[in-house]
Amino acid sequence: MDFLLDGFVQAFTLLWRQDPAVFSAIGTTVRVSTASVLLSLLLGIPAGFVLGYAEFPGKRSLRTLVDTLLSLPTVFIGLLVYAFVSRRGPLGELGLLFTLPAIVIGQTILALPVITALTAAAVEALDRRLRPTLTALGADGRQILLTTVREAHFGILTAAVTAYGRVMTEVGISMMVGGNIKWHTRTITTAIALETGKGEFATGIALGLVLLAIALGVNFSLSLLKRRWQA
Amino acid sequence: MRKNRFIIAAVMILGLALCGPAVAGEALMMATTTSTDNTGLLDYLAPEFTRDTGIPLKWVAVGTGKALKLGQNCDVDVLMVHAPEAEKKFVADGYGVNRRRVMYNDFVLIGPKADPARIKGLDVRQAFHKIAEKKAFFISRGDNSGTNKKEIKLWKLAGMTPPEKQSWYVQSGQGMLSTINIAAERGGYTLTDRGTYIKYEASRKGKSPFAILVQGSPELFNQYGVIVINKQRCPKVRDDLARRFSDWITSTRAQKLIADFKLLGKPLFTPNAGAR
Repeated sequence: MDFLLDGFVQAFTLLWRQDPAVFSAIGTTVRVSTASVLLSLLLGIPAGFVLGYAEFPGKRSLRTLVDTLLSLPTVFIGLLVYAFVSRRGPLGELGLLFTLPAIVIGQTILALPVITALTAAAVEALDRRLRPTLTALGADGRQILLTTVREAHFGILTAAVTAYGRVMTEVGISMMVGGNIKWHTRTITTAIALETGKGEFATGIALGLVLLAIALGVNFSLSLLKRRWQA
Repeated sequence: MRKNRFIIAAVMILGLALCGPAVAGEALMMATTTSTDNTGLLDYLAPEFTRDTGIPLKWVAVGTGKALKLGQNCDVDVLMVHAPEAEKKFVADGYGVNRRRVMYNDFVLIGPKADPARIKGLDVRQAFHKIAEKKAFFISRGDNSGTNKKEIKLWKLAGMTPPEKQSWYVQSGQGMLSTINIAAERGGYTLTDRGTYIKYEASRKGKSPFAILVQGSPELFNQYGVIVINKQRCPKVRDDLARRFSDWITSTRAQKLIADFKLLGKPLFTPNAGAR
């Protein structure tokens, strides 16, 4: 058990002294996850709105598809993005393999179904009379979208937080298309995987604690926001 | 409504800004074996290289097989690997140019101090036979790395096929240091380069559960080389930077740095760029 206790002690030392390697991984994780969630919100909210609001043939199958994509394995996304951005792949010209944008692409694919499905569910759960009311008031399509989204902000916020948790904690995509390059594409999760494999528990524990702290922070601010909105 | 448009624009700019600075132009991208990374050699050399040349060095640490594949796919600019036969083929096939020797160490067969298969001091062929005979746990890299290629060759030298499907033969599919850790957990034998093993000993503060049981035969020699990716096949490759690295790592200064890289007072690699 000594090594575990040692690990915790060293972990706090690393955090206290702001060990540059540890903080580089933290910075990378925060930047990459934030960028991917923002990007998937931008694409996912309109998509989720259409899916939850509009009636069209094939809607139910599309819904099933999106729900299936919720359990898309990260290693499969990693493989797919890798094949596309490798210099021999269709997007090879951009030279994206082993860069942060490559991870962002993969994580956006991971987060998009989460945002879409949860936004759709939130929109569906709204008062059925909202739409006729808006139409009667003479709202155009875009105004309907914006008002509906505003009404569903609780659900969308939950979607954003869920997606953030998912992308922040994934390993497969970051490892495969990021390459776990020290100071560049090493994230909290790939660093933990590497350090544990090497038997260096302290760094792993330090990073794990930070990951937990970020999750706590995000959820805490969410509940604070919700309380303010309800008041 | 104008406010909404503003928010969307702000979000987009923020998103771009977050991943923007990462698209660096002038960095050299290297694929290398896990031993040069796990031992800390590259963490020690990279800042020196950047200071001497002004070129930032990035590397992915994968097995030699994967590294060669990355070179073949034009995804990296330079390779530092350790599988001379595969390297020669790589150059002969036109994927790489200017292969040069950098340094060497040797492979050692390590196992539990109690040595259940009784291989201590044996010839490497006999040792492999003994392990198979006693069905002692053997942890293989199983990842087509330089070490894995060597191990397969040693099984063949011993007149056997690699015992892939035997329950005592475990393929880790991971880097060298991880594989040594797995061997420690399972109480098994494994083949490792001496540098990574010294690093392992150092991280255990000298309290290693292993002993080096077989060493010193010429089959266990482990040569590392540097290869520049062929620009004629891969137009996007930064071969100018790659050549600077190749020149630097074989220079007197870098070779001295490699010789001075020690853990527990033992050198991990021996430079031999000058040797004919």
